[in-house]
Amino acid sequence: MFQRSASRSSSGQRINHAPSRFLARGFPWLTIMLGSIVPGWFLVASAPVMPPIGFLIYLGWRQLRPGLLPIWAGLPLGMFDDLFSGQPFGCAVLLWSLTAIALEIVELRLPWRNFVTEWLMAMGLIVAYIVLCLALANIAGASSPIRVIVPQVIISVLSYPLVGRVVALFDRIRLAPIVLLR
Amino acid sequence: MAPPANRRSSYSRRAQYTTFISYTAGVLGAAVGLALVIISLVNPGFFSTLRGLADDATEPAAQVSASGRDMGRDAWANLSGFFHTGSEHARISRELAEAKVRLVEARAAMAENKRLKDLMGLSEQDGGAVTYARLTASTSASSRRYATLGAGRDRNVAPGMPVRSQMGLVGRVMEVGASSARVLLVTDSESLVPVRRAADGVPAFAQGNGDGTLRIRLINLGINPLRKGDVLVTSGSGGLYRPGTPMAIVTDLIRDGAIARVLSNPSDTDYVMVEKSWAPPPPPPPATDSTTKKR
Repeated sequence: MFQRSASRSSSGQRINHAPSRFLARGFPWLTIMLGSIVPGWFLVASAPVMPPIGFLIYLGWRQLRPGLLPIWAGLPLGMFDDLFSGQPFGCAVLLWSLTAIALEIVELRLPWRNFVTEWLMAMGLIVAYIVLCLALANIAGASSPIRVIVPQVIISVLSYPLVGRVVALFDRIRLAPIVLLR
Repeated sequence: MAPPANRRSSYSRRAQYTTFISYTAGVLGAAVGLALVIISLVNPGFFSTLRGLADDATEPAAQVSASGRDMGRDAWANLSGFFHTGSEHARISRELAEAKVRLVEARAAMAENKRLKDLMGLSEQDGGAVTYARLTASTSASSRRYATLGAGRDRNVAPGMPVRSQMGLVGRVMEVGASSARVLLVTDSESLVPVRRAADGVPAFAQGNGDGTLRIRLINLGINPLRKGDVLVTSGSGGLYRPGTPMAIVTDLIRDGAIARVLSNPSDTDYVMVEKSWAPPPPPPPATDSTTKKR
C-alpha cells in the first residue's frame, strides 16, 4: 500500500504538479555532458580503464527514449566530449552521429525490442566505438596495440545494463512533478 | 517493448519534412565530425585553444575533486598503516640511520663534483621548479594518456616543460591554458624519453605502451644487457628532460629491450613539480666550408 502510493507520487501522479519543462528537455543533455567530464576527475589513470561513460549514457538515453534526443545531438554533445576526452578533436562528433543514425535505422527495422536485443545492439556499438576511437588516435600519432583496450571493452560492455538502470533513474528525475500548477 | 507511437510516419506533410530535416541534420553532423577529425589529424594543435578554455572552465571543480581524491587515498593509507605501525616504525628508524650516513657521503660527493666542475670550467645553471600543482584530471576513457595540470600560463607554465613528482618523471606539458595545462604522460604511446641505465649508462629510449607500462628500446642492438630490476633515469639527450630524473624499473625482458614499470604512478602523486625545460649545451657551429666556398 505504502509502496504503491510512493511509486504513484514519483511517476507523475501528484495532483496540481507537473514536470518542469526545462528539466524534461535539458536533463538528458546535462547527464551526458557530466558523463563526459566527471569520470576523468576520479583518477589519473595510466591505462584506459574507465568506460566511455558519456557515450554509454548517450546510448542509454537513445535506447530508453528514442526520439527524445534529436539525431543531430551527436554534434554538440560529441564536440563537448572531444574537449575533454583526449581523442583527436571531432572523433566523438563523427562516431556519436553515426551511432545515432545506426540506431535509427535499426529501430525502423526492428521496432519490437527486449532487454537482450538492446544489450546486443549496444554491445556492438560500444565495441565498434572503442575500436574506432583507438584507430583514430593511432592515425593521429599514437601507436597503441589493440590489447590495451581489451579491459576497457569488457568493462564497458558489462557495465552497460547498469548504466541503463541509472538512465532509467534519471528519466524518473526528469519527469518528476516539481512545478506547481496555478 | 512496443515502438513509441509518435515515431510512426504520418501523412502530414509537416511531420514528414521534420523527419527529413532531422535525418539530414544527423548526416550533416557526421560530415562535420569527419571534417573536424581531418582538421585535427592535419593540424593537431588547431583546437588546443578550445581545449584550454574548456579545461580552464572546469578547473575549479576538478581541483575540488582532486583534493577529495587525495583525502580518500590518505584515509586508506592511515587505516592500513594503523595495523602495522610498530614493525614499520622499527624498519623506518633503521633505514633512517643508514640514510643519514649516505646523505653525508652524498653531500661530500656533491661538493667534490662541484669542485671538479669548477676546476674544468663547466658551468651548469640550475633549472629548478617553475611551479607546484596538482594533476586534476586525466583522459581515463581514451587510449591516449593526457592529464590536466591545475596550473597554466598564470604560473609561468610553458609547453615542453617536464613534469615530475618526488618519485620520478611524470610527463611533459603539451598545451597551456590560462589556469590549466595539458600534460602528455610518459605512458602515452607518443611519448619517447631518452633514458640510460642508472648503474652504468646503457643508453635507450623509453616509449609508452599505452597500458601503463613502458617499452625500453636499446640504442645499441646486440646482446641485451638489461636485467630485471634495473632502474632507468633520463639521460638528457635531446635536451627536454633534465638528466638523472628517475623514470622506470625493468620488469620483463624482451628480445630487443625490456618492459618497464613507471616509478611515479601519476594516480599516487598529489602534487607534481613543473621544471624548466633543460637546455642542452648549444650545438657546435655548422661547418663554414661550404659557405666560404660560395663566397
